[in-house]
Amino acid sequence: MPKDVTDVICPFCGTLCDDLIVTVSDDNKTILGVKNACAIGAEKFNHQRLPGRVQRPRMRQADGSYKEITYDEAIDWTANLLVKSRKTLMYGWASTSCQAMSIGHEIAEKVGGIVDNCATVCHGSSLIAIEDVGVPSCTLGEVKNRADRVIFWGCNPAHAHPRHMSRYSIFPRGFFTVKGHKGRKIYCVDCRYTDTAKCADEFIQVQQGYDYELLNAFRTAVRGEALPDFVGGVPKEKIQAMADDLKSARFGIIFFGMGLTHTMGRNHNIDIAINLTRDMNDHTKFAIMAMRGHWNVTGSGQVLGWQYGFPYAVDLSRRDQARHQTGETTSVDLLNRNEVEACFYIATDPGAHFPVDAMISSSRKPTVTVDPHINCTTEISDIHIPVAMVGVEVGGCAYRMDNVPIETRKVVDPPEGMLTDEELLTKINTRVDELLAKGGA
Amino acid sequence: MSEFIIKNGHVFDPVQGIKGDKKDIAVKDGKIIESVSSGARVINAAGKTVMAGALEIHAHVAGPKVNAGRWYRPEDKHFDSHKKPGMTRIEGGKSIPTVFKTGYEYARMGFTFAMEAAMPPLYARHVHEEIHDTPIIDEAALPVFGNNWFILEYLKNHEVENTAAYIAWVLRQTKGYGIKCVNPGGTEAWAWGLNCLTIHDPVPYFEITPAEIIKGLIEANEYLGLPHSMHLHQNDLGNPGNYKTTIDSLKLAEGMTAKNNFGREQVLHSTHIQFHSYGGTNWGDFESKAKEVMDYVNKQKNLTIDTGNVTLDETTTMTADGPFEHHLHGLNHLKWFNVDVELETAAGIVPFIYDPSNAVFCSQWAVGLEIPLYAKDPMRCFITTDHPNAGPFTRYPRVYSWLMSKKVRDELLNGFKKAAKVIGATTLANIDREITLYELAAMTRAGPAKALGLMKDYGGLKAGMNADIAIYNINPDKFPSTGPEIEKAFANVAYLFKDGKICVEEGKVMDMGHKKTFWVDAKVKENKQVAHDVKEKFLRYYSINENNYSVPESYAPHQHIIAVDATQ
Repeated sequence: MPKDVTDVICPFCGTLCDDLIVTVSDDNKTILGVKNACAIGAEKFNHQRLPGRVQRPRMRQADGSYKEITYDEAIDWTANLLVKSRKTLMYGWASTSCQAMSIGHEIAEKVGGIVDNCATVCHGSSLIAIEDVGVPSCTLGEVKNRADRVIFWGCNPAHAHPRHMSRYSIFPRGFFTVKGHKGRKIYCVDCRYTDTAKCADEFIQVQQGYDYELLNAFRTAVRGEALPDFVGGVPKEKIQAMADDLKSARFGIIFFGMGLTHTMGRNHNIDIAINLTRDMNDHTKFAIMAMRGHWNVTGSGQVLGWQYGFPYAVDLSRRDQARHQTGETTSVDLLNRNEVEACFYIATDPGAHFPVDAMISSSRKPTVTVDPHINCTTEISDIHIPVAMVGVEVGGCAYRMDNVPIETRKVVDPPEGMLTDEELLTKINTRVDELLAKGGA
Repeated sequence: MSEFIIKNGHVFDPVQGIKGDKKDIAVKDGKIIESVSSGARVINAAGKTVMAGALEIHAHVAGPKVNAGRWYRPEDKHFDSHKKPGMTRIEGGKSIPTVFKTGYEYARMGFTFAMEAAMPPLYARHVHEEIHDTPIIDEAALPVFGNNWFILEYLKNHEVENTAAYIAWVLRQTKGYGIKCVNPGGTEAWAWGLNCLTIHDPVPYFEITPAEIIKGLIEANEYLGLPHSMHLHQNDLGNPGNYKTTIDSLKLAEGMTAKNNFGREQVLHSTHIQFHSYGGTNWGDFESKAKEVMDYVNKQKNLTIDTGNVTLDETTTMTADGPFEHHLHGLNHLKWFNVDVELETAAGIVPFIYDPSNAVFCSQWAVGLEIPLYAKDPMRCFITTDHPNAGPFTRYPRVYSWLMSKKVRDELLNGFKKAAKVIGATTLANIDREITLYELAAMTRAGPAKALGLMKDYGGLKAGMNADIAIYNINPDKFPSTGPEIEKAFANVAYLFKDGKICVEEGKVMDMGHKKTFWVDAKVKENKQVAHDVKEKFLRYYSINENNYSVPESYAPHQHIIAVDATQ
């Protein structure tokens, strides 16, 4: 008899929905169906049973083909690489559990690695802004229960966080928001008319690259100062009307995404959006939140935070001190400057996300990629070590975009003999210890 | 496990009334025993001070706001972030050290237990992840209840039994230790940008007052018979003239008695009372009311307090008192961090520089010292810095030096740029009392252990108790006379025993020990109303499912569960 696993956490995006129902075959090996998930989330579970999944580590041969090797061989090769390399980029972590990260950090500290996560090409600019000006925020349940003004700025949850709007931000009825969608006014600020804009009561089309100016104009309008006729292509009457409406909110929230973090101005865009939020708190209650992408990129920032005091790009290569400096200890810059001797990628796909030059640099270095699937990065790696899918085949802690920690669930067994991230990293850690005890590789 | 005999040390132990007499302490299998075999390792403690391991009763050392403070303040790492000798991981941060550094630094100062003072239930898993990674010291965490919707709804109708049943449920879900109440009602009001500044201000929508919340939580605590009492951060923190609200709040405990099996006598622990002992009407006529507050505390045997000593450092303030942090940001304009937590609480963070050239900050410093110096019963007054709010916990040795030497504190007081104003606004200059080593042992060991309901195992050196022992390079017959000497001695133990193992030797970390996570499992009668309400609230208002709320046992691998039975 197939059985239903309930309260399953979706290991796809930072929304971290925790109400999925997954139907599993009697022998605990196959996923038969996924309920409540969005299309992307369902696909993540369905991947588990795709034919042709790599089940054992593979090593690239001189002719470019891959040869299957044992886990022990892969572990030994990886440990040797880590010990030999004076500076290793250990990038990724956003799709694994916090427990696995912790072991990875222990290894990095011993071998002098640089631990970085996807924020480096994503919400890193938001983190820089928060380091500069702080951030007034809240949990997503607060939005559901209280928010009557919601602004989506430079983000498109309709595509990137599909259930965000129904679970938290537009449609749900909460304690003080019994009318649901009808009781909220939704704004969307974007340079394109996105599918999220279609759900909004009001769409404000900002000229591309003028987000900073427009946010600045809102601050000006909120303070009652004079505006020029147009800012970023938006007429001053519209800015003033929206500013007045926001001031009359009981509880407002700004959600923002890559449209702010990776357009002209970057961290400064976030900086001024936060300052607008702060100003709004002189009039009513207002919060702001980054739409974090990978399901546990937030968790990586948290674990790095409590272990080293920085949220990403943590350089442990001095071995007695942790350092963090954007532009210096960030992955893309390290690769572009050819500053690392080896690469260890885990639980994300820099090959798909990093600038081409950085990946060309990476491809010339000894590289290990740990990932359940074949992706762009595995194809330029010397070794690909497949592992169980966290949140599907093994549990572990993850942090939602509002930093709420949720324990993901195991719903099916991993393929026979396949290691989890935690098991693999523990074995690498042990082997590193052995090599270091012998005085290096 | 190996045996030890600590020989010829000057022992200070309020549990047994030992005041510096030379006495040998025998250790075996993690416990203090009467005598050991001749094969026991001898630790020569001649000319040294021997005390039980110290207990931290109130510090923010693990959890979401602590961690936000860490990562959003990269500059905090600039002050002090080097690996020190010993088998340690990388250490980072000054006012909000990383988890590794937190464990090592407490151990180096002779601490063996720390209470995380505010755990938002929704974030309990995070708190436990950090506790798990903090080495050596035992820890526990207090979930916050003072602005929780369940509590507000139950106590509005004075439903103490339902309140207690809900608290028992939360303690089990979150692996929590007791009842923390922060700015009762005010933090819920903050969700709308408002606050409750007296104990009679109604909470918006919920129509209950802080006074009713405080009283109700004390009653629920005693109904359950928890090891610790209700732990209160009062309304109107940090404002001139707030001492009246402070005394009003303390009066709510009058006539109540402690009901528990742990030897605890207080029904209310009022935390960081320094921040609540201010007179005046503005920052200009700001003055100390420590005497007035302590006169009341000294009379009321069912109260305990901790100090919240300002250490005049650059630090990071953080509290579940969300409106206060917003207010503070308005004063110093440094970066403001805020998180409102659905149905439960909020938290704010603002960096703060207690500049010694500012008369108000120096007066706060003086108020913090006046409180323990006015305390008649050192078993009811504990030293804290409300870490990191009034200063980092790593400054305890400096606080001790001010308390133990009038000369040391007067030098600082008289050297302030605005000394005359500070002396006029406070009474510290007229106080001659110096805290003795024996009183210090009560204020940092026996006292907090008793108040936390841990006196069976912690806070003393009697046979049968945990072998948590701190040995300091202090000869009581030749007590150091300068501040730096006192500080150095308290900051670097000669030895720290944790559960009978040497974890620190001459300030150097030697062993990670076997840290435990404490939590309280309170058994209550089946309560269908509460079960229904929990289901309802998760279904309709929480953003996560009820089944994903609880913290699994794997987060506390060495858990120590204290069971209480409230079904009788």
